Amino acid sequence: MNTIFLLCVLLVLSAVGYRMGKASAVGRQNGGTVRLHSLPSYYGYYVALWCGLPALLLVVLWTASSDWIVKSLVVSALPDEIRALPADKLSLVVTDIRNIAAGNIASAAATPAVQAAVDTYLNLAGMARSAMWLVGLAAAMFGLLLARSHVAPSMRARNRVEGIIGAVLIVCSVIAVLTTVGIVLSLVFEAARFFVAIPAADFLFGLTWSPQTAIRADQVGSSGAFGAVPLFTGTLLIATISMLVAVPVGLMSAVYMADYAPARVRSIAKPLLEILAGIPTVVYGFFGALTVAPFVREAGALAGLEVASQSGLAAGLVMGIMIIPFVSSLSDDVINAVPQSMRDASYGLGATRSETIKKVVLPAALPGIAASVILAFSRALGETMIVVMAAGLAANLTANPLNAVTTVTVHIAALLVGDQEFDSPKTLSAFALGLVLFAVTLALNILAMRIVRKYREQYE
Amino acid sequence: MDATVTTQNVSGATVPVPMPMPASKVAARGVNVHYGAKHALKSVDIDIRENQVTAFIGPSGCGKSTFLRCINRMNDTIASCRVTGDLRLDGQDIYDRSVDVVQLRARVGMVFQKANPFPKSIFENVAYGPKIHGLATKRSEFEEIVEKSLRGAGLWEEVKDRLDDPGTGLSGGQQQRLCIARAIAVSPEVILMDEPCSALDPIATAHVEELIDGLKSDYTIVIVTHNMQQAARVSQRTAFFHLGTLVEEDDTAKIFTNPRDERTQGYITGRYG
Amino acid sequence: MTDMSVPAAPASRHTGPEARLRLEKRYASERRFERYGMAALSFAIAALFLLLWTILSNGATAFFQTHIRLEVHFDPATIDPDGKRDPAAFRQANWAAVARAALQEKFPEVRGRLPLRQLDALLSDGAQIELLRMVSADPGLLGQRREVWLLTSSDVDMIQKGHSARDVPEASRRVNDAQLSWLDRLAAEGRLEKRFNTRFFTAADSRQPELVGVWGGVVGSFLTLGMTLLLAFPMGVAAAIYLEEYAPKNRFTDLIEVNINNLAAVPSIVYGLLGLAVFLQFFGMPRSAPIVGGVVLALMSLPIIIIASRAALRSVPPSIREAALGIGASKMQAIFHHILPLAMPGIMTGTIIALAHALGETAPLLMIGMVAFVVDIPAGPLSPSTVLPVQIFMWADNPERGFVEKTSAAIMTLLVFLLLMNAAAIWLRKKFERRW
Repeated sequence: MNTIFLLCVLLVLSAVGYRMGKASAVGRQNGGTVRLHSLPSYYGYYVALWCGLPALLLVVLWTASSDWIVKSLVVSALPDEIRALPADKLSLVVTDIRNIAAGNIASAAATPAVQAAVDTYLNLAGMARSAMWLVGLAAAMFGLLLARSHVAPSMRARNRVEGIIGAVLIVCSVIAVLTTVGIVLSLVFEAARFFVAIPAADFLFGLTWSPQTAIRADQVGSSGAFGAVPLFTGTLLIATISMLVAVPVGLMSAVYMADYAPARVRSIAKPLLEILAGIPTVVYGFFGALTVAPFVREAGALAGLEVASQSGLAAGLVMGIMIIPFVSSLSDDVINAVPQSMRDASYGLGATRSETIKKVVLPAALPGIAASVILAFSRALGETMIVVMAAGLAANLTANPLNAVTTVTVHIAALLVGDQEFDSPKTLSAFALGLVLFAVTLALNILAMRIVRKYREQYE
Repeated sequence: MDATVTTQNVSGATVPVPMPMPASKVAARGVNVHYGAKHALKSVDIDIRENQVTAFIGPSGCGKSTFLRCINRMNDTIASCRVTGDLRLDGQDIYDRSVDVVQLRARVGMVFQKANPFPKSIFENVAYGPKIHGLATKRSEFEEIVEKSLRGAGLWEEVKDRLDDPGTGLSGGQQQRLCIARAIAVSPEVILMDEPCSALDPIATAHVEELIDGLKSDYTIVIVTHNMQQAARVSQRTAFFHLGTLVEEDDTAKIFTNPRDERTQGYITGRYG
Repeated sequence: MTDMSVPAAPASRHTGPEARLRLEKRYASERRFERYGMAALSFAIAALFLLLWTILSNGATAFFQTHIRLEVHFDPATIDPDGKRDPAAFRQANWAAVARAALQEKFPEVRGRLPLRQLDALLSDGAQIELLRMVSADPGLLGQRREVWLLTSSDVDMIQKGHSARDVPEASRRVNDAQLSWLDRLAAEGRLEKRFNTRFFTAADSRQPELVGVWGGVVGSFLTLGMTLLLAFPMGVAAAIYLEEYAPKNRFTDLIEVNINNLAAVPSIVYGLLGLAVFLQFFGMPRSAPIVGGVVLALMSLPIIIIASRAALRSVPPSIREAALGIGASKMQAIFHHILPLAMPGIMTGTIIALAHALGETAPLLMIGMVAFVVDIPAGPLSPSTVLPVQIFMWADNPERGFVEKTSAAIMTLLVFLLLMNAAAIWLRKKFERRW
């Protein structure tokens, strides 16, 4: 709230700066005898930007780092015996200090040392807040006055303003790169901490997954509890089932709508598929758990098969339904990209529609279709909510779709929902799983993009 | 554009010029075509004779391609297109309900303005038609048809060693001849060619023209062209279309030397078009 | 050229009886293929309708809750023994006793601890809150008797709505025979009624299905999405302008471009990991706060908005740009005065669609602690809150029958919001559609 209020103040100051800059530029025209280089408003913008931008950056930086600085100051002020605690205990103490300071319930009664630390914390936090105001306002005033002193009729205000805006534009595009860097760094960093405790080979090739055993601190890294293979196979199994549903249905729907359906059917079916695409995954998960899983189980019982109540088949089926519109819209694009002359050639030889589609259109569109299947597969691997709600947690190493299986994403979610300590391998293993997921989906996406690019060149 | 060209052309071929009068293969009476509200073709009457090359000429947008596409009902693929009137192939109404458009197109093949080989091998391009129509079943039969068709299209010597290369890798003229080979592989009775040489260089054009001349002993050929010299070189009969109407149709020699209609006269002398 | 031996097109090849047979076969395969296509499309649409039907049939009843009309005696001896009419004291009062007294008055024949407990169980805890609210609003009620519609427990509600079966053995019912007979009596006297469930649209989460509401989730979603919009829209448009209008063609911009395309396909849960590791762990931002959720969703929507904005900018014809430059506008003036306004409808459509996507997103928000049990309506972007889809997820986890109904109703609410956003996007596209 505090920060937001400060930001509002900065905004007002910038507005003042705009008026001042503009007025000053107009004033220095000497009643029209000197020509301004730019429109007066550009001088206003110039001053406003100088007033607002540096201050804004400072405040954001301050907000981002003050908590960290305050925390390290508080920790350094703690008595030696507390500071000598192992890292995970220490972080617990810090959390307590914060909770008490915020008026929340702490996990342990406050010792005098902790109480003193809380006071220090509150003290420092208050100082940090005041300092932020001071620094922010000072920067704004300084920028305002400095820029205003620059204002002169000969100043190329427009060019300078455009230069600043151009820089802002570049910074915004770099955010996208920073996001990737952030993802990669956070995954790699936390996963590396995990691999210190558990060898990477055990994680990648181990056949047993039961992270629960590692809760006890002294059992960290006990034998084979972090073998992720059952998660990988479960993920592959469910994703494959979903592809078996989505690819034929999506592809045939696209073909039917493109070449067979009367205009009226198409005008109804297309929006319906779009609705299917717009339904949130959590709704699919609910649908899967409530309707599809019991249906699959009962159908299995009728056929004399024993189906787990959270079978891979049910989860895969629902995920397949979710991906149908994805496959069909991508296929629609690539099918339409096949030139009409190709169809004409086939029709001109007396081919029927299905012969034209099967023997000319689909083979010509094959790379594009392959790319969209890869993208769909990558999406199935990364899908979370459906499997969390319809597949469950049982890490079975099986290829039988009637058994309960689980996926990488389910376990990432399960390991990280709720409070967690950031030092146990149990929590960190989620980042290792995340890293694998990210790497695999990234590879698949790049592969698909490559194929698409090649495919486009073919018809250009 | 003089008579010598025509005579030479005729004497080079095996068909005697004036007699006997070849039978009419395709006959049109009062054919009209509408694209939505646009009246694209107005009451066309024409007889296209068997085993001859008939050329359709006229300025662009005059309806010649539209009429060509009526003959094998390629216009069916355009939703807004409506064809009325009487159009017969061997006396049978092409637009009759009982007519099977797939069968019709097997009998009336088509070569398009821009060469459009499938993105498949040369062999598969040619074998495609026979395959879908079930004209062959064994590999050896396909090989025979492919060779015959490629020879027929004058392409065999150039591609016989690389039948498995993609058809799209050929040069423009070779691609167009591949499309002709693909058309004749189905053993059609009529071949429609829609400006087959418009995208080709002069040498490739000469190749294709030579080919067309050779094909007429076996097929009835209708060719749309905006190139009057080409019409004069390859055709026995020429039809001139203008603003959706068929202005006149006659022996090529007559059209180019002594047209009845002054619009034809204007067009062939280059006053418009 | 003319010596080739292509057969002279025997007409029989395409017209003979053999050809007829082949043709019939081909048409059979044609029909089969068309039927496959029809079946595929029907399957997809049937799945959609089955899904919607599941939601509707389970959730439609949630908007009405079963109430019992009882004569309540607002007994000062129970409610306000000190007689101070102090609102704080009201809150401490034994409201359960007030509600119980009303029930017992209606069924005086019920005796014994267990039957009385079962009688109590007809009413929800919410009935007490309702009574408290009435007295707090009007202390004059004290000492009076009033006919009041009191909320029933979820078990009763489920029986009344037919979601739980009556005709099964007593042991497998959550409402026993005695309770059923009381309910029937109440119904016969017209004291049992389904009344509009205002609470569902004003309350937040609760442990009892009859007391839950979506408003907490709606407000949380609104705050989160507001944050997302505030961050992602200006940054996305700025990035799109740079990449489309300024960026030189070099390896660095290529990298940005590939990057953005890749980011659009990164699984959403990975963004949750990013939020957890960077914003919560590294920057120490608060858990469960809409501001963090908003930032995470903003990073997730950013690539989608950039891609849509670039497409919109690209669709403005170069002639407009040239016209502006031709009369001496600077490049930036041409962009901000002419190109950007023309591209705005497309950009806004893309943004709305990206936000609709973000509105339905659940997985990354689980990672940053928005899966909290929040009973209060969130007050601001820093207060703990949840969002609508996460609320759905949490309720769906509840085995109670009453929660299935409420989950479905919450889904209906979410779908209505999504529908509105998509309708807005379509409307924008239609209204500003321009053919260059």
